[in-house]
Amino acid sequence: MANPIATTLRGFIRENFLFGDEVPFSDQDSFLDLGIIDSTGVLELVDFIQRTWGLEVDDEDLVPENLDSVDNLVRFIQRKQSLAAPASGAGGRV
Amino acid sequence: MFRANWHDRHNLARRPAGKARANPSALRAALDLLDLDVARWWATCPAPPWPVGPTRKYSSAPWRGLGGGVTGLYLWTQAADRVCGIVGIVDFRGGPVSGQLLAPMVAALRHRGPDEQGLSTGRGVGLGHTRLSIVDLEGGRQPMANEDGSVWVTFNGEIYNHMELRRDLEAKGHRFATRCDTEVIVHAYEQYGERCVERFNGQWAFGLWDTRRRRLLLSRDRLGIRPLYYTAVHGQLLFASEVKALLAHPEVITAIDPRGLAQLFTFWATRPPRTVFQGIEELPPATNLVVGPAGRQTYRYWQLDYDPGRVWLDATDGAEELCALLADATRLRLRADVPVGVYLSGGLDSAVTAALTRRCQGRPPHAFSVAFEDPEFDESRYQQLMARHLEAEHHTKCITAEQIGQVFPHVVRHAERPMLRTAPAPLYLLSRLVHELRYKVVLTGEGADEVLGGYDLFKEVKVRRFCARQPDSATRPLLFKRLYPYMPNLQGQSAAYLAAFFRTRPHQLEDPLFSHMPRWELGGRLRRFFAAEVRNELACYDPCEELRQSLPERFAAWDPFTKAQYLETAILLPGYILASQGDRVAMAHAVEGRFPFLDHRVVELAARMPPRLKMKGLDEKYILKLAARSLVPAPIRGRSKQPYRAPEADCFIDPARGRFRCEYAEELLSAERLRDDGFFCPMAVEQLTRKARAGRVIGAKDNMALVGILSTQLLIDQLLRPSAELTYPTPAVTAAPEPAVQTIPQPTA
Repeated sequence: MANPIATTLRGFIRENFLFGDEVPFSDQDSFLDLGIIDSTGVLELVDFIQRTWGLEVDDEDLVPENLDSVDNLVRFIQRKQSLAAPASGAGGRV
Repeated sequence: MFRANWHDRHNLARRPAGKARANPSALRAALDLLDLDVARWWATCPAPPWPVGPTRKYSSAPWRGLGGGVTGLYLWTQAADRVCGIVGIVDFRGGPVSGQLLAPMVAALRHRGPDEQGLSTGRGVGLGHTRLSIVDLEGGRQPMANEDGSVWVTFNGEIYNHMELRRDLEAKGHRFATRCDTEVIVHAYEQYGERCVERFNGQWAFGLWDTRRRRLLLSRDRLGIRPLYYTAVHGQLLFASEVKALLAHPEVITAIDPRGLAQLFTFWATRPPRTVFQGIEELPPATNLVVGPAGRQTYRYWQLDYDPGRVWLDATDGAEELCALLADATRLRLRADVPVGVYLSGGLDSAVTAALTRRCQGRPPHAFSVAFEDPEFDESRYQQLMARHLEAEHHTKCITAEQIGQVFPHVVRHAERPMLRTAPAPLYLLSRLVHELRYKVVLTGEGADEVLGGYDLFKEVKVRRFCARQPDSATRPLLFKRLYPYMPNLQGQSAAYLAAFFRTRPHQLEDPLFSHMPRWELGGRLRRFFAAEVRNELACYDPCEELRQSLPERFAAWDPFTKAQYLETAILLPGYILASQGDRVAMAHAVEGRFPFLDHRVVELAARMPPRLKMKGLDEKYILKLAARSLVPAPIRGRSKQPYRAPEADCFIDPARGRFRCEYAEELLSAERLRDDGFFCPMAVEQLTRKARAGRVIGAKDNMALVGILSTQLLIDQLLRPSAELTYPTPAVTAAPEPAVQTIPQPTA
């Protein structure tokens, strides 16, 4: 069964960056390599993560290892959520 | 098949509304535009009453038809409207060319030539002209002939060194009837043949008919300042300053060329001879096209070449030489019998031009500037600083996003091509202000960034190569923060992301297009919005690969900085800067731009300079800053390059209200209209406009997509639809008094 975070992210990327274009991309593919996301796209992506999962993304988080593929994003969001949970409950802010 | 189906379905193959062949009422309507009693009478005649005598006040030669015999018709008028436009037809079957075909073509260029319109026809040829009088206001009417009527020309532009050429030609026995630069062309052609253009210092597009050799010479200036298009229909060659004049000929049928569209969405420009119109070609800069009984020959009479082999021991000497040459280029460009103004952008280039203008004229010039309500784009502070320094009378047009949305359809109609930026629109509004203030000529700083290395793209090339030498460096990517200071989204990135965005793989370093590929790949991504049929049509077409195959032989030997300079000067400069953002928006209001930095002597001097004099470290236009020490205040010399930009998506969609600002944009971007026109995917555009309504179109790519799609739709609607259905807002105009209408009496046969 698909990871719901990955499903949400793929939908956002397809609508917001690919405008519905059926470009095939896997969860491991680099957004930069595929030309999906540029410097503005990173900021849009961060805004989406903050709005959707209520997470705070810090400046030091803005690296390709966290944001440059669906898999990287899923791991990043889950890590943020697990760090946030003990302090303020599920969905809280770091 | 896309092309056939698409045309069949939509009947969009061009046939101008109401201008079909054998439609006398449409012809009369076109002739009405000429406001000529003579023309009205002429339109009602079953056949033109050849011959008709001349009414040439300026020529010492008796009237002669263009065919070298007595056939011909000559009409002059003071037009009731408002820079030069040229048209022509050559029929190689040798039959007479009807003035009835030429008249609507001339009428379509009326905006370029408010002062006079002229037609000359004869056996196998017809020439037309709309004139903006700048030099020799009384003489200088066109089409113009030499002493014996054997060489005729219709000419748009300026030959700045016409006085020097005239002295040379007079010494060789040529007699001149006017003071006008146009006449120099016909005599220079007589003396030196078609290579005469190599002696010209200027900006030109002309059609020249040699009645003896029965051949046509089309020529365009070295840098592509003045436009020239041509097409062939049924044994006839048609040429004109603008495509809309060709479309006024009933036999010209066209549609959007998907490959032209692909080029435009990649390079921001098409590469001549290709245009976005099927079957219509653009004469490339620095090119002569000769058509005659022996066939057709196209050749470049000048090549942009770079030779940093010359030793420049001292930058100061180089700066002095540059300054002296720029001063002479400015002096020549001030030759006019009407007042000449200057544009001030707030940057270095226009400041240098304005300062040299003041020095040459010995008095403060009138200066014109674009300001923006939105401080992100506004450079008023520096414009005012320079205006005060010059003691200039300063006129400013303050621009809002709403105004850009309002005039954008008119801008596209004049530009005759899609555009990915709205930046031409404010300049369209500025030229209107210039026109209202009764100025016809302005000097600007155009070309300095290409010629002397001013753009951040040139810095980017250096930094990308520097980073590629140590790809694991954590600090080198931070140099990218010195680029594009006006792009906050880029400035906010971490070093890791900057390294990723600008990452260079070893094989990319070998790509001749290395400097421009990031920009052009971005443009390529915009093609995602193309409809599936168009994408299928383009599946085997790669505009960048086509460009690689057509680079000049010496390109491979040039250094990376020079390669980038060449690409910028050969593609973006003529195809966008001097066209959509230059000639078209200025000529829309009968204003002629003149560009000292594009004097070919300046271009050649700069091309001989080594890159280190143009870009010292990351200090752009270093040599110009040295040259400008005594001309321009330090705050302007010390500014980093601020490219001219304007608001984009917000001009058409108001994110605060979540809706379109302009009805036409909503209609043209609707799914129904997009399906009907067939070039863009309705679903993709719907998602883009939804994003814009939510205020989330914040990056260059989305903004370019929206502007590119809308401008393509506007182009189709205004130039290619059989009948325009949409009405467009007419911005408030300060009414200028109509010029006196004078019809010169009909000549007696």
